[in-house]
Amino acid sequence: MNLLNVENLHVAFRTEEGTFRDAVRGVSFSLGREKLGIVGESGSGKSLTGRSILGVLPPYARMSADRLEFDNIDLRDASPRLRRSLRGSRLGMILQDPKFSLNPVMRIGDQIVEAIRIGNRRMSGRDARRKALETLEAVHIREPERVARLYAHELSGGMGQRVMIGMMVVREPDLLVADEPTSALDVSVRTQVLSILDELVTRRGMGLIFISHDLNLVSKFCDRVIVMYAGRIVETLQADRLQEAQHPYTRGLLSCLPSINRSLEPLPVLQREASWAELGQ
Amino acid sequence: MMIEIKDLSVTFGSSTAVRNASFSVAEGESFGLVGESGSGKSTILRTIMGLNWNWSGTIRVADLDPARTPRKTLARVVQMVFQDPYASLHPRYVIGHQIAEPMVINAIPNVQRRTAELLDLIGLPADFQFRYPHELSGGQRQRVAIARALALSPRVLLLDEPTSALDVSIQAEILNLLNRLRRELNLTFVLVSHDLAVISYMCERLMVMRNAAPVETLTREQLRAGDVADGYSRQLLAAS
Amino acid sequence: MSDTTLPAPRNALRAAQLKELRGFAKRFARNPLGMVGLFIVLLLLFCAAFAPWIATHDPYLPTLTARLSAPSAEYWFGADELGRDIYSRLVYGSRLTLLIVGLVIVSSAPIGLLIGVVSGTVGGWVDAVFMRITDVFLAVPKLLLALAFVAALGPGIVNAALAITLTAWPPYARLARAEALIVRNSDYVAAIRLAGGSEFRIIVFHVIPMCLSSVIVRMTFDMAGIILTAAGLGFIGLGAQPPLPEWGAMISTGRKFIFDQWWVATIPGAAIFIVSLGFNLLGDALRDLLDPHLRQRN
Repeated sequence: MNLLNVENLHVAFRTEEGTFRDAVRGVSFSLGREKLGIVGESGSGKSLTGRSILGVLPPYARMSADRLEFDNIDLRDASPRLRRSLRGSRLGMILQDPKFSLNPVMRIGDQIVEAIRIGNRRMSGRDARRKALETLEAVHIREPERVARLYAHELSGGMGQRVMIGMMVVREPDLLVADEPTSALDVSVRTQVLSILDELVTRRGMGLIFISHDLNLVSKFCDRVIVMYAGRIVETLQADRLQEAQHPYTRGLLSCLPSINRSLEPLPVLQREASWAELGQ
Repeated sequence: MMIEIKDLSVTFGSSTAVRNASFSVAEGESFGLVGESGSGKSTILRTIMGLNWNWSGTIRVADLDPARTPRKTLARVVQMVFQDPYASLHPRYVIGHQIAEPMVINAIPNVQRRTAELLDLIGLPADFQFRYPHELSGGQRQRVAIARALALSPRVLLLDEPTSALDVSIQAEILNLLNRLRRELNLTFVLVSHDLAVISYMCERLMVMRNAAPVETLTREQLRAGDVADGYSRQLLAAS
Repeated sequence: MSDTTLPAPRNALRAAQLKELRGFAKRFARNPLGMVGLFIVLLLLFCAAFAPWIATHDPYLPTLTARLSAPSAEYWFGADELGRDIYSRLVYGSRLTLLIVGLVIVSSAPIGLLIGVVSGTVGGWVDAVFMRITDVFLAVPKLLLALAFVAALGPGIVNAALAITLTAWPPYARLARAEALIVRNSDYVAAIRLAGGSEFRIIVFHVIPMCLSSVIVRMTFDMAGIILTAAGLGFIGLGAQPPLPEWGAMISTGRKFIFDQWWVATIPGAAIFIVSLGFNLLGDALRDLLDPHLRQRN
């Protein structure tokens, strides 16, 4: 049984002129207990797709779908109360910029303790505190005792990102939507964070939606990859068969990346075609 | 040598942003600085341009000492392109004005014609000079920023993560443009990036930096052959 | 500093600027409350400009037979204790209101802007000195300083405006400094510095244009406050002097009759209320459009 089913998802924005413009147009996919990558360029609608699932779209956006089910719970008309309780326990999201996701007036350690105790109310304060420190250690933060006493603004970008990941991971959600979770991280840390996420999927059977602009990273890390362009899915691929992509957009994206061992000829430039953005292909 | 840096250290208050960096770049060469955020690579560029004060060591750009050279003299030798194309153009002025302003400051004749030529050089239509930055995409803005940097015909271009805020397809266009400009105008580049693949594509030599200090200096051939001594450089190589 | 000497580019530039302006007007027009504010402010300007044609009576001519007469076809808003038409006095009073607002804004906003921008851009001891001076002015209670000033110079409209100016500029300096602190570290200012641009050029052509929008928003909000302060000074007899039809002074004379002839004090009060509301609505709408913190980067 699928953990998540999305059918014909639309997200529209109010434009400056007051009309509505579709930013996500008819996206359908389903997710099992696997790592699903969503790649695309800025404006492709990949982040909005992730946010729709969590119900955290900006207020000026309008969402509609034929089906949006998480574990047989219809998320389309879920009450705010149900959504909140789902987000607290079973659904998790890691945002690109941790600055907006961490409480600015609460110490890091206290925020993690709070997250732990929401998930498990019977845990004692002392145990929760110990677990919070273990979590920080698990996301490779040196001196967790010191970091736990800091506030969000005192963290560097990469550290904030890891704290955010730690907070999500400690809840052990069933579905985690990660929007560019590693773009602010150093390579050394990135590998470790990816292995934490991977462990959650394989060991606990979590479903992961990994949103990124980095095709190579996604293809190395995920099981399946969805390629989005102009608000719609142009191609779905097995991650290990990315090189066999059929759609000219995916192929164009792959070929315009510089790499260490390729020729120094000018990089092939993506020639966009209007037909890619059309529906019903 | 076009650029010579010896034992450059930069401090901000009590913290050290760059520790004992030394490198030199020949005329027409492209040199890369690669490392994570906070490794001090951008600070080196800003120090060369005279935007930082607390530094020690020697800096020479075309035999000029930036600390002792009048701004306008230095401006005609070396210019810089910034990372965020959304923040590097003044939101209230049209593109043509922003490309022309360095020339107006330095009393260069035929500003009108030069502006049109520069737009043509970076591959934007001439009527773009009457557009405002918010009407342009990120890639187009970065092209304008490059045109502005070239307005005074400098010999050296310092590029601070010029494509990290752009999509990969746009990145390819900008990298191609930069390579063409370097060839046509015989420019010397110092390119800063966190992406080893970009550096290896653009630069003949590179320096890996970590925690404010240089780790090692490599040639592109060494990089391609995997002839890398330091463990951290190897990690970077494996990740890209 | 425009270098566009050829006629064709100048036209194209003007066309581009016009297009920006039209886009701005279009977005403004989408805010109904802002339009109400704009309408009130335009109405005030219209009244002031065409007062002799709009007014039905001479605002200074007493008609003792009509003393304190109630609103009627002859006296639309009634007549005051000397039988002068309140409506006509109101219309002429709009000129005084605008005069005070204009005098205060024209003198306080540029001073504040300049001090703030120089302070923020140059920094160092200049910043310290300018900001301490600003602090001193901010520390004195507004109305008290104005009162002392008017008491020293003698009552009158221009002196009242001067007194308000004295207390009105420091917030502009604070605002402009805060904006300048951000702008001076921006990449586009760095680019001008790297091209050899002087500090003067950076302040005048790059920092000030970025501070202007918040100063304009603040100005619009301030106008409401200035009208109220001026009316307050008029009310206690330190602003405009009789027989000038200043709204605050009109309320002051009308308060003696407030229980029996309510219109004498209420009508000018309503005018003050509506005009301040208009400026506030306009300011709110402008802030939504211009405030860099509310506006999204596109």
